[in-house]
Amino acid sequence: MVAVSRLSRPIAPLFASARKGHAAALGQLLSIVESGGPRAREVADLVRANPGHAYAIGITGAPGAGKSTLTDLLVAQLRARSARVAVLAIDPSSPKSGGAILGDRVRMLGHTLDAGVFVRSMASRGHVGGLALAAPEAMRLIGAANFDVMIIETVGVGQVELDIARFVDTTIVVVNPGWGDDVQAAKAGLLEIADLFVLNKSDRPGADATRADLESMLDARNSSDQDWRPPVIPATAIAREGITEILDATDRHRAWMESGGGIERFRGDRLVQETEAIVRARLDHEVRALFAKTPEELRASLVAREIDPWEAADSVINRIVDQHATPPEPLARDL
Amino acid sequence: MPARILIAKPGLDGHDRGAKLVAYALRDAGFEVIYTGIRQRTDEIVAVAVQEDVDVLGLSILSGAHISLTAKVIEGLKEVGAGDIPVVVGGTIPPSDQERLLAIGAAAVYPTGTPLSVLVEGLRQLADDDARR
Ligand SMILES: Nc1nc2c(ncn2[C@@H]2O[C@H](COP(=O)(O)OP(=O)(O)OP(=O)(O)O)[C@@H](O)[C@H]2O)c(=O)[nH]1
Ligand SMILES: [Mg+2]
Repeated sequence: MVAVSRLSRPIAPLFASARKGHAAALGQLLSIVESGGPRAREVADLVRANPGHAYAIGITGAPGAGKSTLTDLLVAQLRARSARVAVLAIDPSSPKSGGAILGDRVRMLGHTLDAGVFVRSMASRGHVGGLALAAPEAMRLIGAANFDVMIIETVGVGQVELDIARFVDTTIVVVNPGWGDDVQAAKAGLLEIADLFVLNKSDRPGADATRADLESMLDARNSSDQDWRPPVIPATAIAREGITEILDATDRHRAWMESGGGIERFRGDRLVQETEAIVRARLDHEVRALFAKTPEELRASLVAREIDPWEAADSVINRIVDQHATPPEPLARDL
Repeated sequence: MPARILIAKPGLDGHDRGAKLVAYALRDAGFEVIYTGIRQRTDEIVAVAVQEDVDVLGLSILSGAHISLTAKVIEGLKEVGAGDIPVVVGGTIPPSDQERLLAIGAAAVYPTGTPLSVLVEGLRQLADDDARR
């Protein structure tokens, strides 16, 4: 419908504009990264050559815990410290339709016209690999676009969201009064990833009990004096209370990470984890593609019991390995 | 790859039942829908559309000011180099104004009463035509 579609726009000039603060350029590059394929690789190459310095804060927690309201207030306070701030708000895709309602930004509309704030909504697009691949690259791109801080909001329910938490420098887990009544296992997962607990909706009854409960769970961990102990910060987002305390605690965690807390090691670990996620996703993709069209001869020999499923699996795996042993066909990245 | 669409309500009219209905229908049809609530300024809508880099921008307008609001949004998109995002308009649009909206650059008009299935199909077509996808 338009002569020069955004699909074919050259990437280098887009990237240059994005680095100068052009929101439309960054928006388009993020779409390219999200779509995968050779153009996404081209973006990744530019990003790698121009790494930014953005500090990444993850904010996660149960649906409705107040993550977006808190994010809005954190952005305001970071702006007051004159940081350029980006928000990546990730919501689950509907498993039925593949669609999604991305509504987090409704709580952040006050920043829409501020050139120092960029907000992007992202759907998780299914569980296998998609998000885990796109989100870290999107975050690096945002960093390259010269933001000082980025906040990644995810709903803390599934494995995918927990995985994303691994890709940020400081993870804030938002809980509400009454959280102590939740199932133990879910708590254990969040306990593991939290660098900070924010007890939001402290205006509601039960805040003190929940706080005590959390502190005793933290006491019960196997940890040494050198370890970071996540502080529990009471907040009431609707009354704008607790925001300074959250940022102060984030600063303390950051300082701890950067002075012997092992941020370099942590960042190295997560690159390895990202690589693992990419390998898994690609192999998964190939396995699915292979079995999507049931190989008839395989089926026949299985049914005739000439071969059992274990042997069949061996031969399928060998086939995949052989394919990769023959260059030059590069792996598709458009999963 | 799901299409991304922004459903926005410019102007001062105060309820968004229709817009929400559309948003959910689109979600169920596989769209990723960014929804920003009522009473958005046109410059805010433009800013959101480019940050989100949507494939289609849907305006829901019940106030009667559809011509000027739509013109402002289309103009604003062009100014920031995003003139290729198709803009569609829904709401209380009298038949006499539909042609005018198309003439000022709207990609489609869906007056109140358009069956949801027609709307969803139309938007899907637009998103597919958007050759970059
Ligand atoms: N009582 C009370 N309500 C709050 C507080 N903070 C947020 N809320 C309300 O909780 C609801 C959900 O807030 P959001 O910020 O959208 O929560 P969220 O965690 O981002 O929600 P999802 O993204 O949908 O998972 C809104 O109605 C808020 O107004 C608080 O401190 N106290
Ligand atoms: Mg939210």
